[in-house]
Amino acid sequence: MRRLLRTPAGLAGTVLVTAMVVLAVAGPPIWGAEAERIDSASILQGATAAHPLGTDNLGRDILARVLVAGRLSLTLALLATLVGATAGVLLGALPSVLPRRGARLVTGSVNALVAFPGLLLAMFTAVIAGLGARGAVIGIGTAVAPGFARLTQTLAASVAGADYVSAARMLGVSRWRVMTRHVLPNIAEPLILNFTQALGGALLALAGMSFLGLGVQPPSFDWGRLLFDGFGRIYATPAVALGPAAAIALAGIGFNLLGDALAHAAARRTAPPGTDAEPGAPRPVALGEPDPDAVLEVRDLTVAFPGGVTPVRGLSLTIAPGEIVGLVGESGSGKSLTAAAIGGLVPYPGEVRAGRLRLCGADVRELPEAERRRLLGTSLAMVFQNPMAALNPALKVGGQLAEVAVVHQGASRAEAAARAVDRLDHVRVPEPATRARQHPHELSGGMRQRAVIAMGLMGAPRLIVADEPTTALDVTVQREILRLLREVTAETGAATLFISHDIAVVGELCHRVVVMYAGRVVEELPVGELASGAAHPYTRALVASLPDMETDRSLPLASIPGRQPPPAEVPDGCAFAARCELATARCAAERPPLIPYGTARRVACWEV
Amino acid sequence: MTGSPRPPAPRAPGRALGRVRGGFVLRRVVRFAVSLAVLLVASFAMIHLIPGDPVRASLGPAAPVELVAARREALGLDEPILSQLLSYMRGVFRGDFGTSFLSGEPVGEIIASRLPNTLGLALLATVVALLVAVPLGMWAAIRTENGRNRGTEAAFTSATGTAVAVPEFLYSIALVAVFAIGLGWFPPAGQAGPVSYVLPILSLAISPTAMIARISRAETLRELGTDYVRLARAKRLPAPRLYFRHVLPNTLTATLTVGGLLLSALIAGSVLVEYVFAWPGLGLRIVESITQKDYPVAQGVILVYGAIVLVVNLLVDLLLGVLDPTSELKET
Repeated sequence: MRRLLRTPAGLAGTVLVTAMVVLAVAGPPIWGAEAERIDSASILQGATAAHPLGTDNLGRDILARVLVAGRLSLTLALLATLVGATAGVLLGALPSVLPRRGARLVTGSVNALVAFPGLLLAMFTAVIAGLGARGAVIGIGTAVAPGFARLTQTLAASVAGADYVSAARMLGVSRWRVMTRHVLPNIAEPLILNFTQALGGALLALAGMSFLGLGVQPPSFDWGRLLFDGFGRIYATPAVALGPAAAIALAGIGFNLLGDALAHAAARRTAPPGTDAEPGAPRPVALGEPDPDAVLEVRDLTVAFPGGVTPVRGLSLTIAPGEIVGLVGESGSGKSLTAAAIGGLVPYPGEVRAGRLRLCGADVRELPEAERRRLLGTSLAMVFQNPMAALNPALKVGGQLAEVAVVHQGASRAEAAARAVDRLDHVRVPEPATRARQHPHELSGGMRQRAVIAMGLMGAPRLIVADEPTTALDVTVQREILRLLREVTAETGAATLFISHDIAVVGELCHRVVVMYAGRVVEELPVGELASGAAHPYTRALVASLPDMETDRSLPLASIPGRQPPPAEVPDGCAFAARCELATARCAAERPPLIPYGTARRVACWEV
Repeated sequence: MTGSPRPPAPRAPGRALGRVRGGFVLRRVVRFAVSLAVLLVASFAMIHLIPGDPVRASLGPAAPVELVAARREALGLDEPILSQLLSYMRGVFRGDFGTSFLSGEPVGEIIASRLPNTLGLALLATVVALLVAVPLGMWAAIRTENGRNRGTEAAFTSATGTAVAVPEFLYSIALVAVFAIGLGWFPPAGQAGPVSYVLPILSLAISPTAMIARISRAETLRELGTDYVRLARAKRLPAPRLYFRHVLPNTLTATLTVGGLLLSALIAGSVLVEYVFAWPGLGLRIVESITQKDYPVAQGVILVYGAIVLVVNLLVDLLLGVLDPTSELKET
């Protein structure tokens, strides 16, 4: 409830609806007499001091009548919604109780009725039931029912698979009892939510019916009827239509805002509360001279999100041309955000800080916008994990490749299309000209990943960032893609940053391995030393957890006990200390720096 | 996989899809036909469900017995119910919907003369709503992606929420009061030239615009989070190309679904707007016929309204099947 009042919309909705309810209760006793008092001296007046909204054809005060009419408007709306909700829930519950054929008939009719405008149903019913409040209530109730029926059906179907329902079924509980005892109580909340929204809709629909003269008939009056009377005089005295119109509008807005806010509150109840701590300020680090030959040089890269979540912490990485570097770590270690930061693709509100972020010898952050776009668009190729999702389903494959050349290299459409086919052929997509004219869903997963790689080859890539490019593919296709990446790197001289959680794949493809843990690099080593010479206990554990030919398959696979700390809770000391067999008091207290160890490798560990 | 000769497997999914699509169209058409039949029976039953004698109810208690009897005979109300249903259906398929109790005009002629005015209004309002709402929703999504510009988001949500909550007849009354009576820019009622369309279309279009804009924003936000938009961003495409070529087409399916369903709701909502503007459409006529108990007219107009709704829903379904080949897999 407090959450409901915190948002302006929720607050406004609550206030408006409360005011309506108070008016419905208190209105008639207070203003009832005034609303009925006939005054032949002041008939059909506009706005005056005595009658701010004017008077009707018997001289009755319209303001008082509006205040009194609230009760009837709300009561009728409530009645209609109750009628509709009851009928709808019964109708929606029927398919769960009826035999199959009957169930399908009911479901089909409900689906047909839902698509039918409520006002038409209401008018149909009103013709049969006759003009007046009763006909309108039955009519609007009829119009409300299909929505409830559909909702009940959907919800009941979602609950029907639950274990406790299956259990009750197996115990031989009758279908009707399962429905009333097990299903309905569990779907009550969304139904009640829908009731609020339907109530607002019913109020407006009833007002509309009365306004057309098909609803409440004199001498009774609701807001719609008052509007009907006022509308006839709108040319002479517009004020008389104002009161009832405002009342209807406010009621509609109130119920709608409240319904929305309730729905939001219900949806958010499961979401965890966020913390508001600010991420720590970065410590200045000595950067040293930039490496002129490196394709990519990253120094002290940090990616932080509000709430103290810092998935990447002071990462440094240098990649030389032609080199294939594997970035390894468990999910959540910050690998993919590192890739996103290099590509300038960290989503808002993530914040990227780095001492240095140089691509092809230029600091990406200092380039003018146009040049940066061209550099990142042509020199950097990105390959994502899921090839099924990486191509736009609405556009042809060839077009998606060609646009790189059109946008960044000023190619004509024909040139670009020809180059796209050439690139597809280059990555060995069979029948490239045909494939280029197809949509992504007509290609297999492996072919789509080839197409994405071909897209990266449209420009002159210096760095290919491949983020788990083979994880979503089956094993034989994986090998093809790995081979393709190796060939592409060899022939273009581009470097590749290959991100993976699979140390076996990395060992097969890469020249150098960078191991990440909890947002930091813990070890960097040449791939040849991976199997025998890994120094960091985490790297060793990763290698040890790999099954090989000698692994006894009857035993469970080795795994590293414990869990990686989440990015908001990384400890001050070594993040791996809690899972490390070698850990000492120093490891828990003080973070080991990444320092050279032997030749061509670096390790962050106190115990090596 | 590569290099080795391949069987013509890749074509197979396409053919399978074609088969599914054929079945999909057939199922939808059958569903439409069944609904239409139910509608016909319901509209026929309407007069028979009225408690008491509809002719007596219509002509009033003072009408002479002979007149009532003559009317009943002309309507065939004394024949067996099944033969009445058959002759009703025969009549409908010939375009004969009976004659008005009050004016004696053939109902078919009333419908033919008034239907274009109602359809024109509803179609124009839908077009206006789509043209305004889709760009508006996209703009709001791009501005508020990942929770930036919370102010814009709050303004957008509350404005559209309010606009949706106010019914079209209040918009029409407000527009008439301000722009027709107050400022005198537009005629307050009647159909006379293009100017007279402005206020009715506005009244009809405001709520759907707000609703479609919300859908369009939600869809655009979803699209902006996809891998292929991420990849398109990695390619550094210029903003117009990114948003109009990569994002927009993928948002249209859901937006058009809602737009189509709104069109059928609009046709019904136009009843109230026609009433306010004394618009010579079906809506005004059905209100008159219900209040005056002119049952044949009410019956005919409700049948036509229902049929329009069914046709619109069928067309939306088929259009979506063509636009988005995967939508048929999602059908219930």
